Amino acid sequence: MTTIAPDETALEAVFDATVAADERIEPRDWMPDAYRASLVRQIAQHAHSEIIGMQPEANWITRAPSLRRKAILMAKVQDEAGHGLYLYSAAETLGAGRDELLDMLHSGRQKYSSIFNYPTLTWADAGAIGWLVDGAAITNQVPLCRCSYGPYARAMVRVCKEESFHQRQGYELLLTLSRGTEAQRAMAQDAVDRWWWPSLMMFGPPDDESAHSAQSMAWKIKRHSNDELRQRFVDICVPQAEALGLTLPDPDLAWNDERGHWDFGPIDWAEFREVLKGNGPCNEERISRRRQAHEDGAWVREAAAAHAAKQGEATR
Amino acid sequence: MNVTVTPALALGDDALILSHRLGEWIGHAPVLEEEVALANIALDLLGQARVLLSIAGDEDELAYLREERQFRNLQLVEQPNGDFAHTIARQLYFSTCQELLYEHLAAGGSELAPLAAKAVKEVAYHRDHAEQWTLRLGDGTEESHRRMQHGLDALWRFTGELFEPVDGLDVPWSALHDTWTTRIGSLLRRATLTVPEGPKSGAWTAGAGRQGLHTEPFGRMLAEMQHLHRSHPGATW
Repeated sequence: MTTIAPDETALEAVFDATVAADERIEPRDWMPDAYRASLVRQIAQHAHSEIIGMQPEANWITRAPSLRRKAILMAKVQDEAGHGLYLYSAAETLGAGRDELLDMLHSGRQKYSSIFNYPTLTWADAGAIGWLVDGAAITNQVPLCRCSYGPYARAMVRVCKEESFHQRQGYELLLTLSRGTEAQRAMAQDAVDRWWWPSLMMFGPPDDESAHSAQSMAWKIKRHSNDELRQRFVDICVPQAEALGLTLPDPDLAWNDERGHWDFGPIDWAEFREVLKGNGPCNEERISRRRQAHEDGAWVREAAAAHAAKQGEATR
Repeated sequence: MNVTVTPALALGDDALILSHRLGEWIGHAPVLEEEVALANIALDLLGQARVLLSIAGDEDELAYLREERQFRNLQLVEQPNGDFAHTIARQLYFSTCQELLYEHLAAGGSELAPLAAKAVKEVAYHRDHAEQWTLRLGDGTEESHRRMQHGLDALWRFTGELFEPVDGLDVPWSALHDTWTTRIGSLLRRATLTVPEGPKSGAWTAGAGRQGLHTEPFGRMLAEMQHLHRSHPGATW
């Protein structure tokens, strides 16, 4: 029997037509190598962000000031572990296994969202992360529910539902603090002061400096530019901050009637680049702790594999 | 604060304190699936604690404003996590007992019956999770076998207290103890492990947690748990 190698140009035409028609690319479909690589990079970074992102919030689980808040925070951090699981599975459909991706994370060859390199110094930070960090994540991720790659788009539908619960609980936590004692109010304002600018950086560099944006948009992995999403986020947050009775730390925030958007001040991209390079306040702690957990767990994973192998032999 | 010691308080404290210890694992578990599983068990226990402590009084006042001597939990549940095998041994001992106790309470007519009936399904999962890991670690590698045996041995002396009578609970403690011993023994044999020898309670502290006498690590745990709440008297969270 002879097989005829399908003509790559014809396959690419099918791929292009699928993307153009806003239909989904599925794991068994042909796809350009660069499309696959770009998705693996993005999904892995997203998965890593979920599991590293557990650390700053888990930092407050043992100190949560009421049992209700403790239950909510634990459930939220558990959701993040769950998101990590769906996302590593989505990456697996592209041929990238979880162990391999974790190795890339632990050795610094793949990144996670820089926002998690900032510390959670007070209880109010748990609220600011929910409101601002999860809020920014939702703004980024809702369009990904229509991403051209099916498994990623479907994982995002589930993730976004849970993220919107996280965002609400963060807002509600801050609202309670802001209506509380003077010390609680100060704690809330301080957290917003520290998390506002890093949250704006979560949308990535300005459009004219974004390395992967144009190609990702053409492939419909990405639907909106970094700057569009950032503006959308600012427009959502300004009235919410007002409702919270908290001030956003930007003297240049002003409604622009002509644009129909809020103007905001310049972002400190030098800080962004430094944190990205590994010089943020917690880069070292986050990755060391992750590696430590992985190394400490090695004997457990080996035991599980050895036991499964013995069971396999016994039933053979 | 003045606290009346009731069965709801004792069982609520067990759930509260073990939930807290499991919560300390979050972000450090050996595999991602265990991050989810340990958090899940911690959340179930916290849910049980909230119902039980609300029967006993105000859940937050009880959790955050009592002194160490006023807590009535078993010493077993306050023991630090140790390695994963140690945590699994603690969970196996506790959940096997809690399931037997809650099955009994669910069938009775006390005010704890509705909670016990709901919780027993959760606890069956906790027990099963601990059993599966005991089997894997016991009959896994040499290292995992050694660690699992060590965890079981180290915590054995806290198991006698599991069956100390709790005032106000009408429970056939010694029958439950027998069933527990049989179940644990048969599981450990399947896992190629040895049932620990030696006393099931410390020489000077028989039944101590239920009387408010705790172990060294407990005060430190409470300091962390209560610090923020106590730093803002009267605040709402």
